[in-house]
Amino acid sequence: MTNEFPKPAPDITPDTKLFWEGTKNNELMLNKCVDCGFHRNPLTIAANICPGCGSRNHAEWVKASGKGKVHTFTTVHRTFHPAFEKELPYIIVIVELEEGPRFLANMREISSEEITRDMPVEVIFEKLTDDITLPQFKPVK
Amino acid sequence: MSKNECAIVGLGYTPQGKCPDWTVRELFLEASTNAISDAGMKTHDIDGVLVELCWTDPMTQCWTLQQDLGINETSMSANYDSMGASGGCKIQLAQWAIQAGICKNVLIAFVEKSATAPAVPYRGSPGATVAYGLHGAMHGIAMAAMRHKLLYGTTEDQLGEVAVTFRKHANMLPRAQMHAKPMTMEDHHNSRMISEPLRLFDCCLVSDGGRAAVVTSAERAKDCPKPPVYIMGYGQGHVKMDLVERNTLVDTGARLSGEHAFRTAGIKHKDINVLGLYDATTHNIITQLEEMGFCKRGEGAAFVEGGRLGLDGEFPTNTSGGMLSEDYLQGWTGIPEVVSQLRGDCGERQVKDAQIGLVTNMGGFIAFHSTLILRR
Ligand SMILES: [Zn+2]
Repeated sequence: MTNEFPKPAPDITPDTKLFWEGTKNNELMLNKCVDCGFHRNPLTIAANICPGCGSRNHAEWVKASGKGKVHTFTTVHRTFHPAFEKELPYIIVIVELEEGPRFLANMREISSEEITRDMPVEVIFEKLTDDITLPQFKPVK
Repeated sequence: MSKNECAIVGLGYTPQGKCPDWTVRELFLEASTNAISDAGMKTHDIDGVLVELCWTDPMTQCWTLQQDLGINETSMSANYDSMGASGGCKIQLAQWAIQAGICKNVLIAFVEKSATAPAVPYRGSPGATVAYGLHGAMHGIAMAAMRHKLLYGTTEDQLGEVAVTFRKHANMLPRAQMHAKPMTMEDHHNSRMISEPLRLFDCCLVSDGGRAAVVTSAERAKDCPKPPVYIMGYGQGHVKMDLVERNTLVDTGARLSGEHAFRTAGIKHKDINVLGLYDATTHNIITQLEEMGFCKRGEGAAFVEGGRLGLDGEFPTNTSGGMLSEDYLQGWTGIPEVVSQLRGDCGERQVKDAQIGLVTNMGGFIAFHSTLILRR
């Protein structure tokens, strides 16, 4: 079945390749500084520098617990991309992971009215294409 | 560097709203020639040109404008990019170039063409945000507004008060896009939800139009036909752009920007007679008031109640209607309006005895911020 408006997929770059390999195995991978232990979101911080201590040593890839809390969210009623029209309304959430960094994703299995500040959430994985599996979040039951 | 050494002496406008027959390049030229003649100058008096690129036509630049104006050489010519905050930043740069003795009269120009040009496809910031349906500034700002609501209980009535107040101002200004369209609180609450907690009437307009200004030294300003509006205080603050990398979603560059502006101006909040605050959404008004110290953190939503931002209020704000109700010309909605108030040119919507004004610009996912404190 072809989709006239496929959802936009994230670019896989040399810096994020291992992240997207991880999600295919249902693992949420973070970069951890080998010098100070600072965890960072591999999708927003360029690979080879630590915002915690400035170290240029290669970070190690570590698996996150997948647990965190809601920093904020929005429920989208007007989208600017046709691929998302049929999902309206959908929730975009920013989750603060136990390890420290924040992640942006969609929130599943809950309605807007039920979300509270700092509500505990956990990661789930949704296959988008053969190459990309997206981490998403749902409330901890 | 000290205050009041430079002044804004020229303002240039163009048709605004929907301008399908105008190119970006023509709008730049129209705004610029109008600002130069408002300053009582000739094109050859200009020796500095600062523009910000219009995404609809990024090939119109500082050099095309200089060439179109027939200016053989300038001492400063640049495209400046702190996104929506660029207007205030460019006026500061013009001031520094004049104070440094590099330039005499600097032209600053801006064009927006989002009403009648095809939208630029949204590519998102680095990372995967597009795959999650985050497409454009409103979704991002909505998450900041939601954080404010989660922390402080900001209500729909409080957001609505900002929208309704600014609309009343626009109803007094014929050039405003919403001039003929009054808005009640009920209208606000009935407008369709865009991205919770922001409704359509919490979000800025879409517009075409150009604006320009001329900055010169206080000494030369005395010979210009219009009352000079002096640059009294100035500041900038820029925080990380990516939403997930912020300290928190309610922190923008406004705190640092405001701190610099009040320090350089040497005045207190109560000395401000008129404000022009960047209103991409109603939420941005509330957080800027908090971050810039007009009230405490968490009290901004209550602060806007009771007509405090209205023409008869304690802090008349966005007296043209702002980007919510006049037009979306980014920083160039607010800057010319505050200058006009200080010139005493605002007619029906004139703030009585306006001596000192404050105007802010914001850019990106509300990450860039510039502030000007101006006096007549
Ligand atoms: Zn480190």
